[in-house]
Amino acid sequence: MSEMNMAQALNDALDTALAADDRVVILGEDVGRTGGVFRVTDGLQERYGATRVIDTPVAESGIVGAALGMAVAGLRPVAEIQFLGFAYPAVDQIISHVGRIRNRSNHRFTAPLVVRIPFGGGIGAAEHHSESSEAIFAHTPGIKVVVPATPADAKGLLLSAIADPDPVVFLEPIRVYRAIKEEVPAGQHTVPIGEAKVVREGSDVSLVSYGAVLRDAGRAADALADDGVSAEIIDLRTLSPLDHQAVIHSARKTGRVVVAVESHRTASIASEVAAIVQEGALYSLLAPVERVTGWDTVVPLKRTEHHYIPGPDRIVAAARRALEG
Amino acid sequence: MSTEAFEPELMDYSRRQPRLPEPVIEGNDALDIPLDERMEMYRLQQELRQFEKRAYDLFMQNLVKGTSHLSLGMEAVATGFGRALRPDDYSFATYRGHAHTLARGAPMGPVMAELLGRSNGILGGKGGSMHLASVEHGMMGSYAIIGAHLCIANGAGWSAQLRGTEQVAVVFFGDGTTNIGAFHEALNFAKIWELPVVFVCENNLYMEYTPIDLVTAVEHPAADRATAYGLEPILVDGNDADAVYDVAQGVIETARRGEGPSLVEAVTYRHGGHSRADPGKYRPPGEVEAWLDRDPIITYHQRLLRLGVPEGDLTRIAQDVARRVDEATEFAKAGPVPDEGDLMTDMWADGGSAWRN
Ligand SMILES: Cc1ncc(C[n+]2csc(CCOP(=O)(O)OP(=O)(O)O)c2C)c(N)n1
Ligand SMILES: [Mg+2]
Repeated sequence: MSEMNMAQALNDALDTALAADDRVVILGEDVGRTGGVFRVTDGLQERYGATRVIDTPVAESGIVGAALGMAVAGLRPVAEIQFLGFAYPAVDQIISHVGRIRNRSNHRFTAPLVVRIPFGGGIGAAEHHSESSEAIFAHTPGIKVVVPATPADAKGLLLSAIADPDPVVFLEPIRVYRAIKEEVPAGQHTVPIGEAKVVREGSDVSLVSYGAVLRDAGRAADALADDGVSAEIIDLRTLSPLDHQAVIHSARKTGRVVVAVESHRTASIASEVAAIVQEGALYSLLAPVERVTGWDTVVPLKRTEHHYIPGPDRIVAAARRALEG
Repeated sequence: MSTEAFEPELMDYSRRQPRLPEPVIEGNDALDIPLDERMEMYRLQQELRQFEKRAYDLFMQNLVKGTSHLSLGMEAVATGFGRALRPDDYSFATYRGHAHTLARGAPMGPVMAELLGRSNGILGGKGGSMHLASVEHGMMGSYAIIGAHLCIANGAGWSAQLRGTEQVAVVFFGDGTTNIGAFHEALNFAKIWELPVVFVCENNLYMEYTPIDLVTAVEHPAADRATAYGLEPILVDGNDADAVYDVAQGVIETARRGEGPSLVEAVTYRHGGHSRADPGKYRPPGEVEAWLDRDPIITYHQRLLRLGVPEGDLTRIAQDVARRVDEATEFAKAGPVPDEGDLMTDMWADGGSAWRN
């Protein structure tokens, strides 16, 4: 155990995987010598060499395509894309090939690869550096979509992703990278994919979230507690396959659900959670499901970014609306 | 794998040989460029340099939010091409596009204000440093997705071809960009339809933090690919505005005459890091210094002195530009910061975003 931030915990996971399994390789832009834009792969090329920690050209389709070929041919590649906004040239590979190769080959091929992508706002660089388009991937069959919210989960989920027989899009919340530290277990620490986590038990309202917004859900729950409202917090952790039972269980228990995400609103994970709740807990609901989301606009420059990303205030307001029924 | 016996093979950038600039070609003094044009190019390079230095200072004062990519050291490319274009021609740039925007005549004050994200910015604070544009000046935008705008420039050139306007589209991009699929798709399109498009690779030797030769199959990332698309390889000293201007005039005229696209590789260097956060430490010792000695503006200054221009005339230009950069800075700083309402405008043709928010 040692105290780590999320970037360090991810680095530790990659280090652990590289040491344990020589099929694991890392590839991406500037991941080697520089350690990637967020330094998540810092020092790994020094330890494992340039044949296993590979600096590639700027060519996302090339990177993910190569990762798929490596995976099909026996390796366990972990590709890094610099920002979610730069993943779109690779979306063709991810949707058309990565997610389908098992099915289309009648199960002859598998694609045990991970595509790590920093996402979400927080560095104030607008648009491509701040996107939260995880719904695109969650919508796509054949790939798992994982979003850690804490350092220990980041390590555990990444090691699970690397070991997973199916492809995983692993989204790392940029503004959490260095924001919090916690104890992270050493060595082969895994957290199962597909399981949400009850971060805080409560009885009046369920706050469902993931990634960077989870911290704001925590702040919102604190504010609500000051007013005597007991909020339960669910960290989804995996967006696909999404843990329906955890969401439904909590909804039945509290009767009120606020789902808070940073992405655009329309056809978002928030929409999906609302649908799951009405399918599984309609008769327990005391209020309509509240969606707290980013807007259906372009993620703006830094000066107005705080109006875009939902903070604790908007979560608290939504919870109050739900409590008023 | 047991790591004990494993000898990692490293990409040790610091032990790499620096890539030094070629010496100035004094013969370029004799290029057939009128002196008054040369004085304009000197002024423009001063503008680009002083504006960019001010942009850097404003970052340091935390007045420019987010990230930004400067082209200090690369002014000769924007200058040579900017001066060779017709006012109604199109240009397309990357996130490293301040100079290309100014070189088309976009006013300094609103461009500076845009960097500061102010409402009096040239795009109302919605584009920022990475997305500068000025439709009135033929500056068709800065694009921060590697490669995408090469394909878009083709479309602008295609439109000019179909409309018979003899406009030309010039698209600037980096050395790293030659490795993404869109570069190859765009060149093939342009050649098949003989589009009036000039592709300009600003080879500053680095793709972000990675030396370009480590991730490119050929020595000259753009020029060595030209023949694959039926184009002439064209290499030019990107730190000599006259050399660039000379080449630019030729390829732009070719495009204007309907004789198709060209691909130019201008070899240059960025004095600073890739972006605001990057100190540029991955460059081998001696490299930056050598390129600072080959600064395009010093080169040009010396040429003008050789051609008999009095030092005082050049000083006056530099001082005049300094004053205008100060004015632009004041204009920008005085601008209001966009409010929450601005976030909700301009998503759809009705100017708003109402139906989905
Ligand atoms: C599709 C895509 N992938 C990655 C990035 C991140 N990125 C921004 S600039 C850059 C390097 C580009 O190098 P080069 O083309 O040489 O241009 P320069 O910055 O040197 O002007 C990278 C990888 C991006 N903007 N777009
Ligand atoms: Mg470059």
